[in-house]
Amino acid sequence: MTLIDLANPTRFLALTARVLPWLAAATVILLAIGLYQSALAPDDYQQGATVKIMFIHVPNAWLSMFVWGVMSIASLGTLVWRHPLADVAAKAAAPIGASFTFLALLTGSLWGRPMWGTYWEWDARLTSVLILFLMYLGLMALWRAVDDPSRAARAAAVLTLVGAINLPIIKFSVDWWNTLHQPASVMRMGGSALDKSFLIPLLVMAIAFTLLFVTLHLAAMRNEILRRRVRSLQMMQASRIAFSGESGSRGEGASNEVGAA
Amino acid sequence: MTALSALIRRDIRIALRVGGGALIGVLFFLTVVVLMPFAVGPDLALLSRLGPAILWLGALLASLLTLDRLFMADHEDGSLDLITMSRTPLELACAAKALAHWLAAGLPLIVATPVLGLLLNLDMVATGAVALTLLAGTPALTFTGMIGAALAVTLHRGGLLMAVLVLPLSIPVLIFGVAASQAVIVGPMTFGAPFSILCALSLVSLVVGPFAAAASLRHGLD
Repeated sequence: MTLIDLANPTRFLALTARVLPWLAAATVILLAIGLYQSALAPDDYQQGATVKIMFIHVPNAWLSMFVWGVMSIASLGTLVWRHPLADVAAKAAAPIGASFTFLALLTGSLWGRPMWGTYWEWDARLTSVLILFLMYLGLMALWRAVDDPSRAARAAAVLTLVGAINLPIIKFSVDWWNTLHQPASVMRMGGSALDKSFLIPLLVMAIAFTLLFVTLHLAAMRNEILRRRVRSLQMMQASRIAFSGESGSRGEGASNEVGAA
Repeated sequence: MTALSALIRRDIRIALRVGGGALIGVLFFLTVVVLMPFAVGPDLALLSRLGPAILWLGALLASLLTLDRLFMADHEDGSLDLITMSRTPLELACAAKALAHWLAAGLPLIVATPVLGLLLNLDMVATGAVALTLLAGTPALTFTGMIGAALAVTLHRGGLLMAVLVLPLSIPVLIFGVAASQAVIVGPMTFGAPFSILCALSLVSLVVGPFAAAASLRHGLD
């Protein structure tokens, strides 16, 4: 089964219906293991128990960028290969990516409160993740602004790819800006190698979150396909009523259209 | 080549004549800068410290707001379809249109900068630095904003949505523009490094902008 076989939405729905329960189960099991291990992980000698926020925070931050990568590949699929499911994949990924980005920001700021003494610091990483979040929201606003899905898909694909080129530039320039304005005021994690007792739970959590994303993404894609089918059925019904029922059933047709909207 | 230069000349002529609205950008720039002292107070020392940032923000917003009409007017009267169907590559036509727009709407902003620098208590050197960084940086704003303008015309939506989409993309230009100007005025930094990166950003956007805008127009107009 290659990617082109999945171009048929019915085949895609059938395949995902079989795969999804297994994926969901694997996600739950890995997440349970990861959470258990991170609960057992020792406290950091400097950060105390707050270091455990990292086990949630880092996978979220990693996925916030990974999802944009997935959307970029899907956008290439829309623009270059005209794969019919590519725009469904791109559209379904955006809210999930935005949620991961938001959670990364939220957990980061919860960690920052006891560590830095403030919820928000104009730190380079925080700032660039915030900009990433803004771009996710802009993309979602673009999807919502246009009612024709295929038209919105091509515009969103162009914007996603431009964003993919621009995100590293933004990251680099924010790093520059930060060192210019507030040199070394912020303690940094990372750099030094993590201890094994932290690394293994972190890796398990990262895999679990990636599986979580795949599960949610496939489920969201199914929903989007079904939503489009419902929409086209409603359009067909509306047009049938509009063209056949000139006499008498006009009131009924109007009420149906309101229900469709 | 003649087709492109004809396109540039036509666009500049339209922008400068009645109904073109290129010079409204300068007026907007002036108004934003005049509003600033009311917000932060008439303290000249503070204003001269914030000066480059104010000028850059004003120029950013002014160039963004005028971009809205880059393709829209041509789409309304049908000439955009002619440009799309012509034998000139659409990428080059987009680049020509953006260049014309920058000449008509971006260059006046830079000419106006010395006058606005006086209002913000910037000295000669600082004003020169800001004008120079604007000269190097505004092409990047125009060519990045062109992507937004192309999306706007294919979606029949303009204004606020496009501003929301394009503004995050222009953050690097803002950072390095202000950094280079500040380097001349106060900074321990050298002027050269941020200024070269600013020029690099302009060159990158010169390449990426036309391709993205042309892709968006080609896929979006039907």
